[in-house]
Amino acid sequence: MNRDDVRSGIRGGLVIAISSAPFAILFGAVATDNGLSVGEATLMSASVYAGASQLVGIELFGHHVAPWLVILSVLAVNFRHVLYSAALARYIAHFSPLQKFFTFFLLTDPQFAESVKREESGQGVSFTWYMAFGSAIYVPWVISSAVGAFFGQMLGDPKVLAIDVLLPIYFLGLVIGFRHKPGFYPTVLASALASVLAYHFIGSPWHVSIGAAAGVVVAAFLPLPSLAQPVTAASDTEN
Amino acid sequence: MSNETLLLILAAAIATFATRIGGYVLITRLKTIPPRMEQALNAVPAAVLTTLVAPSFFNGGWEVKIAMVVALAAGIRYPGLLMLGAGWAVAMICRHLLGF
Repeated sequence: MNRDDVRSGIRGGLVIAISSAPFAILFGAVATDNGLSVGEATLMSASVYAGASQLVGIELFGHHVAPWLVILSVLAVNFRHVLYSAALARYIAHFSPLQKFFTFFLLTDPQFAESVKREESGQGVSFTWYMAFGSAIYVPWVISSAVGAFFGQMLGDPKVLAIDVLLPIYFLGLVIGFRHKPGFYPTVLASALASVLAYHFIGSPWHVSIGAAAGVVVAAFLPLPSLAQPVTAASDTEN
Repeated sequence: MSNETLLLILAAAIATFATRIGGYVLITRLKTIPPRMEQALNAVPAAVLTTLVAPSFFNGGWEVKIAMVVALAAGIRYPGLLMLGAGWAVAMICRHLLGF
């Protein structure tokens, strides 16, 4: 156990926990509003542990949509995690199978973004850091969901407290953190265009998968940085 | 706790976990990562997160658009929480003082 890994993991995770607490509370409140009990809402946060898909799932659950469609929507919202886990594979090759199980269970957007940042800064992704960071988000997430479900009726309209603007701004912050990467602007432009069009013509939650696929395809066909250099060296010149 | 709800929650949990381990399972089946795939994988976070941002901006009201632009300006220079605070403050001012 490396103490610095534990400390920096918990510190980083708590920042995410604080900014995601309103969404956990919101999820709990929406869940009870859609007919789930406090126990069921808490179980969902503890077992699914994915904000956007929990909210999409609850929304569809409340409209009595067929179960298979709820599951399909959860898959669509979470499709990005397939890409995250593929990208993460390079960093966690040294983990044991059991460690990998916990690693993938805790793989959220901020967990992935911070792991990339940590690997690229040269600190490396240790299992200790990963678990400290992940637990510091997971435990408050589950507790906040239960609190939100419990006090669901008292929260009122999230717009009055401007809680609804926090999530897009948080994701915007993660996006601009990648602005120095090669191919950032064409990728983001393609994703933005495709997701907005998909949102209007096909509908949520498909805009997530379609928009992401557009950005990734554009990135794949951009000219490679340098054919003479090995790929690992090329990606090291980003910062 | 009804059985149907319980099954649905567990199915959602399994579906989520499948996506979280799926990419790893795929990538470890391939021995080497082609440069183009590497470049595509590097673009994943920005591509995905953009899809969570862009529709919120275009579908949001003027107060959401202004808050996000201010947050963007703040986020280029200052850390994430300050960016979040700036955007939140703008949205609150627009809604409660300016009546958007």
